[in-house]
Amino acid sequence: MINIKSVSKSFDMKPVLRDITLDIAPGEFTALVGPNGSGKTTLLRIIATLLRPNTGQVTVAGLNLDTRAHAVRQLLGVVAHQTLLYDNLTAHENLLFYARLYNISDYAERISMVLNKVDLTDWKDTLVRTFSHGMQQRLSIARAILHKPRVILFDEPHTGLDQKASIRLDEILQSTAASGNTVLMITHDLKHALSLSDKVAVLHKGQIAYHGRTTDLSIDAFANQYHEIINA
Amino acid sequence: MKSLTHNSNDHLPKTGQYWRVVKTIVWKDLNIEIRQKTLVSALLIFSFMVTLIFTFALELDKSTRENVAIGVLWVTFVFSSTLGLNQTFAYEKDRGSLEGMLLSPIDYTAIFIGKFISTYIFVVIVEIIVIPMFYILYGIPLFSPVFLLIVLLGSFGYTLVGTLLATIAMRTRAREIMLPILLFPVSMPIVIAAVQCSNAIISGANWGQFSSAFNIVVVYDIIFLGVAIMTFDYLIQE
Repeated sequence: MINIKSVSKSFDMKPVLRDITLDIAPGEFTALVGPNGSGKTTLLRIIATLLRPNTGQVTVAGLNLDTRAHAVRQLLGVVAHQTLLYDNLTAHENLLFYARLYNISDYAERISMVLNKVDLTDWKDTLVRTFSHGMQQRLSIARAILHKPRVILFDEPHTGLDQKASIRLDEILQSTAASGNTVLMITHDLKHALSLSDKVAVLHKGQIAYHGRTTDLSIDAFANQYHEIINA
Repeated sequence: MKSLTHNSNDHLPKTGQYWRVVKTIVWKDLNIEIRQKTLVSALLIFSFMVTLIFTFALELDKSTRENVAIGVLWVTFVFSSTLGLNQTFAYEKDRGSLEGMLLSPIDYTAIFIGKFISTYIFVVIVEIIVIPMFYILYGIPLFSPVFLLIVLLGSFGYTLVGTLLATIAMRTRAREIMLPILLFPVSMPIVIAAVQCSNAIISGANWGQFSSAFNIVVVYDIIFLGVAIMTFDYLIQE
């Protein structure tokens, strides 16, 4: 579903990604872990069509990002660091705004469905600025899945959430993945990476240092391996 | 060598959808402004202050005051519009919501047109309030349809170029300072032509005496509309 081939990216002559090759199969949930500055967000922004690689090629569902960026955007849902929401609009108005951008014809039905999925139906007419961080994060997921994307990219979705909100988010992530979507999630949390995903990849110094199935790994074994990689 | 931006010609939205996106962005901006009431009120207060400062600082006799009034009026419009233009993309960029639009399968020029229209609406609202205030303070009849037309056309061009340059300025560290530095030289032709035109209209000159200045304003508007649509796609992407 997502094919990354020999992708490199530099900022101000400083290499951030070096010759990355990574394939994510349709319906697969992949977690991308790595220390700060390893290039995780840069890679996600390239897949999301927000950045262009200096070299290499990325395809999503067989569509090349260089030539079919518009078509790819229709297939993608992105939950970024920031919520991409407007504080002074209500939850419903925010979703209505994005529904119109995505040209969703049955928008009323879809909005009510995604609000229900993230447990925000009772808050639909409340201004987003009054929401807690956890509620904003859930609404951000509702925004990302509104247009039924086939691929969902999450950039550290658990950041700043308390335990209860984090568990609720895990449930939403699992149900999103169970709907057959291809998911790529960036996280610092190795536990979350292993418990939620089918595969895990470690990005270190701009290169994929590890890529394998999570079923073959225990959290301790993976944590040891991860620390060996980043301390090497 | 790779092109500068992603190719945006694939699966471009149809015209109907394009204008729906424009309308949606304007709807969103107006809704937010109605709720927070910060931009238009800030522009109005700023315009009042500039007008009053000029009125009392100049302490002119009636005839001299009439001669400088149009200049003062345009200075007020230009300064207050610049203040508003600084917020055009800053609001979106600070909250990350600009990326939300960039992630959507839309023609990026629709973002420009939407942001331009909403900023222009705010600028016109301020002008509608400032013009009667000028009439009261300076006693000059400013309600001729041709004069109002030149105000609208002049502001159109200024806001258009300002919205485009705000796209560049928002990526710089000192964006509040950068926008006027970029905008004032580029907008000089339209501001000078609009002031000349306005002065001629108020002093009762005939069409032949201000037609060339009027044409400069119209041509500037058309050229920069084209330039903005052609270049925005490149400016908005990192």
